Amino acid sequence: MNGIVHPGRGDRLWRGIIIGTPYVWLLLFFLAPFAIVLKISFADPIVAQPPFTPFFDWSASAGQRILATLDNYRFLLEDNLYLVSYLNSIKIALVSTALCLLLGFPMAYAIARTPQPWRNLLLLLVILPFWTSFLLRIYALMVMMGQHGLVNDLLLSLGVIDQPLAMLYTNGAVYLGIVYSYLPFMILPLYASLEKLDHDVHEAAADLGAKPTQVFFDITLPMAVPGIIAGSLLVFIPALGEYVIPALLGGLDTLMIGHTLYDEFFVNRDWPLACAVAILLLLILILPIVLFQHFQQEADA
Amino acid sequence: MTTPGNTLNTLNTTDTPNPEFINTPWRDPQQRPFIEIEGLSKRFGDFIAVDAVNLKIYRRELFTILGGSGCGKTTLLRMLAGFEKPSAGRIRIDGVDVTDLPPYLRPVNMMFQSYAVFPHMTVYQNIAYGLKKEKLPRAEIKERVGRMLELVQLTALSKRKPNQLSGGQRQRVALARALIKQPKVLLLDEPLAALDKKLREQTQFELMNIQDKLGITFVVVTHDQEEAMTLASRIAVMDAGDFVQIGTPSEVYEFPRNHFVASFFGSINLFDATVTSVDAGELCVLLDDSDTEICTRYEGELAVGSACKIGVRPEKLLISTERPAEQGNTITRGVVEDLAYKGNRSIYRVRAQNGRIIMVSAQNKQRSAHLPLEWDDEVYLSWPSDCSVVLTA
Repeated sequence: MNGIVHPGRGDRLWRGIIIGTPYVWLLLFFLAPFAIVLKISFADPIVAQPPFTPFFDWSASAGQRILATLDNYRFLLEDNLYLVSYLNSIKIALVSTALCLLLGFPMAYAIARTPQPWRNLLLLLVILPFWTSFLLRIYALMVMMGQHGLVNDLLLSLGVIDQPLAMLYTNGAVYLGIVYSYLPFMILPLYASLEKLDHDVHEAAADLGAKPTQVFFDITLPMAVPGIIAGSLLVFIPALGEYVIPALLGGLDTLMIGHTLYDEFFVNRDWPLACAVAILLLLILILPIVLFQHFQQEADA
Repeated sequence: MTTPGNTLNTLNTTDTPNPEFINTPWRDPQQRPFIEIEGLSKRFGDFIAVDAVNLKIYRRELFTILGGSGCGKTTLLRMLAGFEKPSAGRIRIDGVDVTDLPPYLRPVNMMFQSYAVFPHMTVYQNIAYGLKKEKLPRAEIKERVGRMLELVQLTALSKRKPNQLSGGQRQRVALARALIKQPKVLLLDEPLAALDKKLREQTQFELMNIQDKLGITFVVVTHDQEEAMTLASRIAVMDAGDFVQIGTPSEVYEFPRNHFVASFFGSINLFDATVTSVDAGELCVLLDDSDTEICTRYEGELAVGSACKIGVRPEKLLISTERPAEQGNTITRGVVEDLAYKGNRSIYRVRAQNGRIIMVSAQNKQRSAHLPLEWDDEVYLSWPSDCSVVLTA
């Protein structure tokens, strides 16, 4: 490489490329679509192709005009459906995150404390479900939970129940689907922070008079906080906007914002309203991320 | 020697330290040991880390366990702390059997080699942790932590987090945290290994001062023989899970039981010798390249005519161009093959007549820009015969 022979200019060029690439990427694939969605959210729906009014009105006799309306956002706040969808999504995402944390923490801790050859195998088992299609795994859950699914058949043949349990198309099925799908995203960051934990620190606490439960709450838990935050965000954020799981496993009463957004977009073909739903969802998501950043900075300081 | 298992291969009985010396409870059979270890073993699968050791440590001792890596010294310490369950044997501290007690119920605290300070707590919180677990009143905790911070000179840094401290400061946090519970025994695992040389030497004396001030029994594990020598009231030299020799620093240095102990503490020159007579614990040998006969007390079993080795420390040897006086000296000859001037002393590598290299460490007492000896000089090597030690293994 030239950059090695002539450090000055080549180095700067390389640095520029390396730093610039992610920014260009974000600009092209995040900021630009976001700007488009934002623009559409201020438009009115019309029956046309594309199905919304333009942002700039070039044709008008009064010169250039910006045709922006807040009607969509007003509508979001007026119609109860959206508020219920948002709140329900937040509730389902929060509860799923908590369940993932409760399940994932002991698993991550056990993996971090397992001696080496086995540890890699256990990690592999955590990642293994990713090797099959996400949709296939959700369909598999449907097969298991259906009216005449594996679980009901088994319980019936064992005589535990007289008639099939209604498992599929309930909120419970949605929780199960989300926890099952996102558990690895909780386990991996938790494992990363627990694995770094020096075992001496636990022994030091025990040596200073802490009983095993006290060692956990005084030492293990506080030191795993970065992993807990990272894992919770990784579960909470996708779970909040989840569409496939509530659509396939949820019932009619399972209102989640991802599903509502889909309906606005593809069923009602109201693109502007769907975009407003998406923008509001993004605003809700930014809040935990800003909090996370704040915690990170505090931890580093 | 009254301590069992501590007989020394001394050449001259007058050289053994005075048994009346007050600071040596291990010489007094009336003294009750503070820590008693009986037949303590630890097996990891097929590997025997600690092999049925017995040890008595007395109140206020600064006892050092010395050995190379994998000799079992850390495992022994961890059994004292309660982190490892012994495969066999008992541990008693101040008359109480603690063998089956978990770490948090033992009157023992440990300072870890990694220091293991809590990274998410400040210096103050680290030191106060042990007292908080005792549920002491807040005012008392504050007062005691304050005093401890003063003792280890960390008062100004009490609000800092460990990642804002230097290695030496972290070490003092670890020490203060372990000392604040006023344990009956403080266990220290390689306490100074992570410090640089200068700080290590300074901290050695600080440790000794703190031990003296608080009167706590210290058990130190180290692989550094210099550290062991400086700190210890007694040293237990450990190898392959068992003690090779237990004694004061001067005992293990001047009267090593075998070659392993001798070479662990600095270097030692070995001379071939032949046993000429054995009589009631006294052994006489003839050095193979000298006509001097050395007689020494020796409790091992050696037959007349069998070969053995005589060990002499480099600083006990006198190097000269003129033949020294015969009286009480062992004399041999050689040629200076190499020399290293080190300021306060010079190291000579002398090739003896049988081809073996002998190391001599000579104090440079005279002030001179010229070396008293040069390469290829023919020299006499001599040492007081009672500085020789018979070494078998």
